[in-house]
Amino acid sequence: MRRNPPSEASAKGDNVALNGLAADFVGHLGRDAVVTDRVQLRTYECDGLAAYRCIPGLVVLARTTDDVSYVVRRCHESGVPFVARGAGTGLSGGALPREDGVLIVLSRMSHIREVDVDDQRAVVEPGAINLDVTRAANPHGFYYAPDPSSQQICSIGGNVAENSGGAHCLKYGFTVNHVTGLEVVMPDGTVETFGGRAPDPPGYDLVGAFVGSEGTLGIATEVTVRLLRRPETVQTLLAGFRTMDDAGGAVSDIIAAGVVPAAVEMMDALAIEAAEAAVKCGYPTGAGAVLIVELDGPLAEVEAHLAAVDGFCRERGAFEIRVAADDAQRASIWRGRKSAFAAVGRISPDYIVQDGVVPRTSLAQVLRDIASLSEETGIRVANVFHAGDGNLHPLVLFDEAKQETERAEEVSSRILDLCIEHGGSITGEHGVGADKKKHMSRMFSDVDLDVMQLVRCAFDPDNLCNPGKVFPTPRLCGERPGRRTGAHPLQEAGVAEIF
Amino acid sequence: METSRPRSVEELSTALRDSSGTVRARGGGTKWSWGASTPNPDMLLDLTAMNDVVEHASGDLVVTVQAGTSLTDLQTALGAAGQWLSLDPPERHATVGGVVSTATSGPRRLRFGTPRDLLIGVTVVLADGTIARSGGKVVKNVAGYDLGKLVTGAFGTLGVIAECTFRLHPVAPARRVVSLDVADPGPLVGAVLRSPLEPAALEWDGERLHALFETVEGAAESQARDLLSLAGRGEVGDALPEAFGSRPWRDGDVALKVTHRLSSLSPVVDVVRRRLPGCRLVAHAGSGVIHAAVAADATDVAASVDELRREVGPHDGSVLVLDAPPDVKAGIDVWGPVRGLEVMRRVKAQFDPDARMSPGRFVGGI
Repeated sequence: MRRNPPSEASAKGDNVALNGLAADFVGHLGRDAVVTDRVQLRTYECDGLAAYRCIPGLVVLARTTDDVSYVVRRCHESGVPFVARGAGTGLSGGALPREDGVLIVLSRMSHIREVDVDDQRAVVEPGAINLDVTRAANPHGFYYAPDPSSQQICSIGGNVAENSGGAHCLKYGFTVNHVTGLEVVMPDGTVETFGGRAPDPPGYDLVGAFVGSEGTLGIATEVTVRLLRRPETVQTLLAGFRTMDDAGGAVSDIIAAGVVPAAVEMMDALAIEAAEAAVKCGYPTGAGAVLIVELDGPLAEVEAHLAAVDGFCRERGAFEIRVAADDAQRASIWRGRKSAFAAVGRISPDYIVQDGVVPRTSLAQVLRDIASLSEETGIRVANVFHAGDGNLHPLVLFDEAKQETERAEEVSSRILDLCIEHGGSITGEHGVGADKKKHMSRMFSDVDLDVMQLVRCAFDPDNLCNPGKVFPTPRLCGERPGRRTGAHPLQEAGVAEIF
Repeated sequence: METSRPRSVEELSTALRDSSGTVRARGGGTKWSWGASTPNPDMLLDLTAMNDVVEHASGDLVVTVQAGTSLTDLQTALGAAGQWLSLDPPERHATVGGVVSTATSGPRRLRFGTPRDLLIGVTVVLADGTIARSGGKVVKNVAGYDLGKLVTGAFGTLGVIAECTFRLHPVAPARRVVSLDVADPGPLVGAVLRSPLEPAALEWDGERLHALFETVEGAAESQARDLLSLAGRGEVGDALPEAFGSRPWRDGDVALKVTHRLSSLSPVVDVVRRRLPGCRLVAHAGSGVIHAAVAADATDVAASVDELRREVGPHDGSVLVLDAPPDVKAGIDVWGPVRGLEVMRRVKAQFDPDARMSPGRFVGGI
């Protein structure tokens, strides 16, 4: 898809250390837990963002907390960096391995240890698949709320690292709102427990600090999550509009009326075309935009809100509205949306999935700006997004064979500029990882980033745990954040005035 | 004790940079005596002049507010747009910064969560005057570490919260309250939590359970009726009961917060009543939080708290002595055992290496 950036790992004389560790791990964990064969190592060279590749120095397939603790402790003693990996579905290169380091794979730790409906908690291993948690809770009428599009294959440990969201986080929040306890192998190999099943554990909110830290503060080896009771009613509405502006207007009306849908998703004509080609989703013919609105909750509330949403869509000129009559029809409505990323492969040889956020009220303007950017550069952009919370997933389409790669990357990067100019974020759910650390300085000042790294220094003073991710410039622990002069980057851009 | 009353983030930064010695920030002062006893700080930072609503983006359901703004004033301003910050701690005159610093919450936490769930961006000033931001003003944002989580509930020990950005919720158009007497709330609360009902709050004051339904008119009414049939009795009204959501304590009491796993409400209520004879209690039933109050002279508080901790432990709970007269507090470990304490000490050492910020007030002497 994209050109490979220069590898960041250095291999200077680390083979000796790695060879020693490999022998040690084979002795301690067994031969089948250690991968040293170069061909096999290659299967771990990237996560879901294949543009970044690096063959790990060594792979360990952990089965227990003790395994992880042992491996991390030995890495720490030897000064060897390590990276944790779950299902490898991340889209920011957060699990990109190190040539000079150990990749600790957690997919064998995939058990759901306990489903405790009375406490509304499940206790799971980090390699447990997201959807399997919901499947385990389902017979009791409960489910696990965060539902990233990859939920059939992504693992909870990765969700914790990335603070994953999903279509339904508009109403229900992100992973961080659904994790109450963690067992963590710290970067020196010690095992700590943060939080538990009860609310409000005393002390600093280390669970909150850890979730979303992209694997840089330690490795979660057990996760306690909240389970929610399945709502009494779910209604899913699909509306076809002539223009994106009309659809966007309907979203504004819905939000202004005080309706909090479980999900509000929007797709533009190009994205609809791609989805149609891929899965024949049968969205309204000739639509310039479709809106999917899902409402859930008590029957009377959902009925009232559904009537309101239907009214707003009609007022804004929706020319076709369908409401799913059953789960099969609901799945059919969602099929087009959920297939959108993969579907653009049908209409373009290469593409970049971008993930940016703007305040919802800036959506219309930003979409117009993206359209002119596309016109200006000749690079097509398909738009799929979580309209309720302003999380854009522009799909930048290009053909490497036609030397469009550089222009496409430029468009993708300028979309992030638009997000920042409008007071948004460079990532809503995919994370910073290896891919976006270069953009962090456009959103935060050096001081902001230095202060964030104080947390890193408290957890991982030797900078061995997934180093080289999230932050553009690692800082040495022990330095105080500099009191720098000069304007904050957002201030300079005229976006914000006080800090 | 010197007092500084900054009017802006910059003035707050200057006050810290140009001073040395210990510091405590103060908003409404409603929880000033919470936490472990500490000597008066060398400098008091009075944040009440930082009371601007910086930006209310009503179409985005987001507000940015200075930390010294009173929660009541903020709610009034937001109410004009039919919105609110869905936090309802009862302390009158509490400021936004104080609510976040102590992570206080009220009955509606059952529906909306606690400050950590609503804070999406924060500006913090560290002991050396460094101004740091994290998060932003969009609800969905995973760029960088979330410092907001660390300073929420940190009792001012990592830095001073200067400005907060929150996600907001629409004010519900209708309300029904179902109230009934119930001696043992566990079974009914458990049944409600397993039912399709979606109460905004389930508040039990030791005798009466109040279930709040706040949504559209028809749904509030039908859920209230459903609860009546589930419980087999009760009264329905639209007004909040008198003193709804208030704390059980009065001046001079020992004030405790007891937490527990959700299914342990009944046994933990039993333990609290047995170990603190004559206590008053209010439970955020359904959330796993009980607040209790006893007269300071009523019992050997230190011994009772130890016993409570021992018995609440199996329910995954903790027992905090939020407040007590100084002589009582002096003899108690007010925070009790804490998981991850060593990591917390390391976080503290990074953010406040000279231990200027509210030293000794927090867990483990932090």
